[in-house]
Amino acid sequence: MTVVCDFEVLRPEQGVAALLPDGSQVAVFLTADGTLHALDNIDPFSGAAVLSRGIVGDRGGVPVVVSPVYKQAFELATGKCLEEPSVSVAVHPVRVRDGVVELT
Amino acid sequence: MTQTLVVIGNGMVGHRLVEILRDSSWRIVVFGEESRPAYDRVALSSYVDTWSSADLELAPLTGCELRLGEKAVSVDRERRVVVGASGVEVQYDALVLATGSVPFVPPVPGRDLPGCHVYRTIDDLDDIRATVEAADRPGRHSGMVLGGGLLGLEAANALRGMGVSPHVVELAPRLMPIQVDDGGAGLLKRLVEKLDLTVHTGTSASSIERDGTRLIAKLANGVELDLDVVVFSAGIRPRTDLDLGLELGPRGGYLVDAACRTADPRVFAIGECASVEGVAYGLVAPGYAMAEVVADQISGGTKVFPGADMSTKLKLLGVDVASFGDAHATTEGALEVVVNNAVAGTYSKLVVSDDAKTLLGGVLVGDASAYPSLRPMVGKEVPAALLQPGGSVDLEMPADAQVCSCHAVTKQTITDAIQSGVACDVAELKACTKAGTGCGSCVPMLKKLLTDCGVEQSKALCEHFTYSRAELFEIIRATRITTFTAVVEKHGTGRGCDICKPAVASILASLNNGHILGETQVSLQDTNDRFLANLQRNGTYSVVPRIPGGEITPEKLIVIGEVARDYGLYTKITGGQRIDLFGATVDQLPEIWRRLVDAGFESGHAYGKALRTVKSCVGTTWCRYGVQDSVGLAIELELRYRGLRSPHKLKSAVSGCARECAEARGKDFGVIATENGWNLYVGGNGGFTPRHADLLVSDVDTETLIKVIDRFLMFYIRTADRLQRTSAWLEGLDGGLDHLREVVVDDKLGICDDLEAAMAAHVDDYADEWRGVLEDPEKLARFTSFVNAPGTPDPTISFRAERGQRVPVQLGIPEVVR
Repeated sequence: MTVVCDFEVLRPEQGVAALLPDGSQVAVFLTADGTLHALDNIDPFSGAAVLSRGIVGDRGGVPVVVSPVYKQAFELATGKCLEEPSVSVAVHPVRVRDGVVELT
Repeated sequence: MTQTLVVIGNGMVGHRLVEILRDSSWRIVVFGEESRPAYDRVALSSYVDTWSSADLELAPLTGCELRLGEKAVSVDRERRVVVGASGVEVQYDALVLATGSVPFVPPVPGRDLPGCHVYRTIDDLDDIRATVEAADRPGRHSGMVLGGGLLGLEAANALRGMGVSPHVVELAPRLMPIQVDDGGAGLLKRLVEKLDLTVHTGTSASSIERDGTRLIAKLANGVELDLDVVVFSAGIRPRTDLDLGLELGPRGGYLVDAACRTADPRVFAIGECASVEGVAYGLVAPGYAMAEVVADQISGGTKVFPGADMSTKLKLLGVDVASFGDAHATTEGALEVVVNNAVAGTYSKLVVSDDAKTLLGGVLVGDASAYPSLRPMVGKEVPAALLQPGGSVDLEMPADAQVCSCHAVTKQTITDAIQSGVACDVAELKACTKAGTGCGSCVPMLKKLLTDCGVEQSKALCEHFTYSRAELFEIIRATRITTFTAVVEKHGTGRGCDICKPAVASILASLNNGHILGETQVSLQDTNDRFLANLQRNGTYSVVPRIPGGEITPEKLIVIGEVARDYGLYTKITGGQRIDLFGATVDQLPEIWRRLVDAGFESGHAYGKALRTVKSCVGTTWCRYGVQDSVGLAIELELRYRGLRSPHKLKSAVSGCARECAEARGKDFGVIATENGWNLYVGGNGGFTPRHADLLVSDVDTETLIKVIDRFLMFYIRTADRLQRTSAWLEGLDGGLDHLREVVVDDKLGICDDLEAAMAAHVDDYADEWRGVLEDPEKLARFTSFVNAPGTPDPTISFRAERGQRVPVQLGIPEVVR
C-alpha cells in the first residue's frame, strides 16, 4: 500500500504522479464525476514518465487521458490505447480511506 | 542514351515546360537572355511595391542546365546545334522555342528619345524608375502610357506606384477594347479616373519632342501633354528574331501545328512566340497549355493544343474586370442581358444564344465575383433565373468545364482528386492539381466542389462541439462565458478532450481572462502551457526567457549562463534570436524562473500558441545599409504583442532594409524598412509548407503600421481555425489578400475600431505568466514531479555528455508490444 496524497489535493479532470517504493510511477486521476483512476505513469510510446500530465477528457463518452508526448489516448478505466488497441498501460487499484488516496 | 532538350527562352512558359519535365529522363538545357531567374511577368506592375525582383521570381529550376544571360544567337538545324552568344554550342534531340514576344512600339516620331520606354521586363521598370527619379519637376510627375489595353493599364498602375500621374492614350474608342464592351469600358474609365488617371480614347500620339528636361507629346486630337516619362504598351508581337528558316504565321510567330511542332519535327514553339495553326496567343494560360502539349509530345504522347480559353479576370488599379467567351456578342443572333448599375459601380453583361438557352460569354466590371461560376458555363445551358436583373442561381457545372483556366484544370480532375481521397481541402487540391495556384480566382469554386463532393469541410472543432473555432470564439466573446465547463454544457456535449480544451483555453486567454493557470483553466492546458515550458522527449522541459528583438545586455547573458551552468541545462541558440535551456525537471522550473525573473527576465512564451519572437537585424544603429531602426521597432512590437494567445504560434521579424537580413517574409507578420517608412508583409511561413509573406501595406509610418498589425492579428485570432497558421488562414480566406486588405486597411466591415480596442485591452492586461506563478503558492504547488515525494528526482530521467553538455539518455521503450 502506498499513500498518494490527501484526497482534497486532487482536482477534477487532472492527474498527479506518485512514486512507488520499487521506483515505479503511477498516475492518479480524479474525473469530474468523482471517480479515481490509476495507471502506469510511463507513456509506452515515448518511454517518458508523463501520463499524469496529460489532458483528461472523453472520447465518445469514454473517460481518457491523452499522452502529452505523441497524443495517444488511454482509457482511464482499462489502460487500453484507443489508437492502438494492442498497446495498453497497467491499471492499479486505488481507493480513498479516511480522506487519503491510497494505491493498494 | 540520354536525350537532350534545349529550351530557348526562360520566361514563364519556358519555365513551366522545364518544371513539367524536371523528373523526366531528358537532359534539359535552357538559354535565357535575361541574366535573372525566370519571374512572374504577369505580376510585373507589383515590382514597384518593393523594387525587389526576388518577390517576382518563380520557383527555382532544378535538374536542368540554366544558361542565364546567354542569348541563343543561331540554330543549325542540320547539325541540330544551338549556338549561344558566348560561342557555346549545345546539340539537341528536341528544341523548344519559347522566346516570347517584343513590345510593339507604334511609329511615333520621337519614340526613341531618352525618357521613352517599353513595358515588358524588370529592367524596363528599373529604367522607367531612373527616368522618373531624374526628372526635376516639382510636385507630382506626369507620364503618358500609349495603349489603354490590359497591358497599358498595368503600366499606368506601375507609374502610379512611382508617384507619377499617368495619361492613358488609346486609339480605340474605349479602354480594354479586346476584353470589354462599351458599357463596361465606360464604367471602367469612370472608376480609374478617380485614381488620378487621365484617359484619352479614340486618339493617338502624333509626335513626341524633347523640351529641356521634359517631353512634349502632341495627340492627334490636338491635346498637348507635358511629361516626364513615356511608356509604350500598345501590345506585343511574337519574337522571331532568331531565324531558323522556318515558316511564320500570318500575324507573326513560329508556325506550328496543334502539337506545337514546326515543319521540322524536332523543333517546337510554345507561348507568345508560337503561331498555333496560324493563331498567336498573348496570355500566359494558353502558353502553359502549350508547354503541357510539348512535354507530352516529346515523352511519346499524343496530346494536342485544345485551343485556348481567352477568358480573363483581373484586378486593374483595384477594379475587377472579367471577360469570358463571346464577350462582344459576335455569334449570329446573340442576345445581350446588361445590368449597368452606375450607382454601385458595377456592370455585367451576359451574352446568350438567340434562343436565350445557352451562355456564350460575358463582361463583368466593378464586381467580378460571379466569374468563377459563370465562365465554366460558357457553351452550356443557362437557367432562366440567371437572366433576370440581379438574378443569380447555383449553377451545376458540367464535368468537362474548366475550373482553373490558368492551369487548364477541369472540374473532373478536381472531383477525381477529391473522390479518390488524394485531396481533402483547398491546400491539398492546390498541391496535387495546381488548380488555384495561378490567379487564385477559382479558390471559392474549389471550396464549393469540396462541399459538393461531400467532403464535409467540417468546421466542427471535435466530437464535443459542432462549432468551428471561429464560431466558438464569437460565442464566448458575446456571452462572456469564462469557464470551459459552462461552454461545453451550454454549447457542446460530453466532457471535452485534448482538442477542444486547449482551444477554448486559448480563446479565453485571447479574451483576457486572467492567468492561464487559474483554477478553472489549468486542467484545460496542454502540458507546455500547464508548466509554462516546452516538454521534451524524455519528460523534461526547456526554458526560453524573452529577449525582445534579440537584443540582450552582457549582464543578462551572464545570468542565463549562470542559471544554465548551475542546473546543468543544455544550452542552444534558437532561430528566433534567443536562448533555449533544456533538461529542466518540473521541480526545477520554479527555482530557475525565480532567478531569471529576479534578473529582469520574463516568460518568452516559447511553449504557447502565442507570439513567440520578433527577430531583427541591427538596422540603422550599426549597419551601413540600414534605413530604419529595425531593432527599436522589433522590441516595440515584441513588447506590444507578448503574451498574445492565438490559434497557433505567431512569429515576426523586422528588417532594416530591403536586404532582409531578419527574414521577415518568412514570418506571420514581417516588417521591412523602406526609405519612406515600413512595408508590412503577412502570412509568411517556414516549416513544412514554406510561404513568402504577402505585402499588405507599404511605406507606412510606425503608428499606421502598428494599427494595421493590431487589426490583422485580432482578425486572425477571431476567425482562424484551431492550429491554423496565418499562411494557411490567408490561403483559405475567401477573397484572399484583397479581402484581408479591405477588412483591416479599408475597414470595409466596420470592425477595425473593435479590433483595435481588443488589442489595446490585451496590451493593458499583459502580465508576466511566470511572475504570476512565483507569486502564487497554489500555482507553485503544482510544480512537483511526485505528489507523495516532492523534490525526489524522476528516476527515469538520466543524462549523458555530448560535446561538453548534458543530453538525455534515450529512454527504453520496452512496454510497447505490437
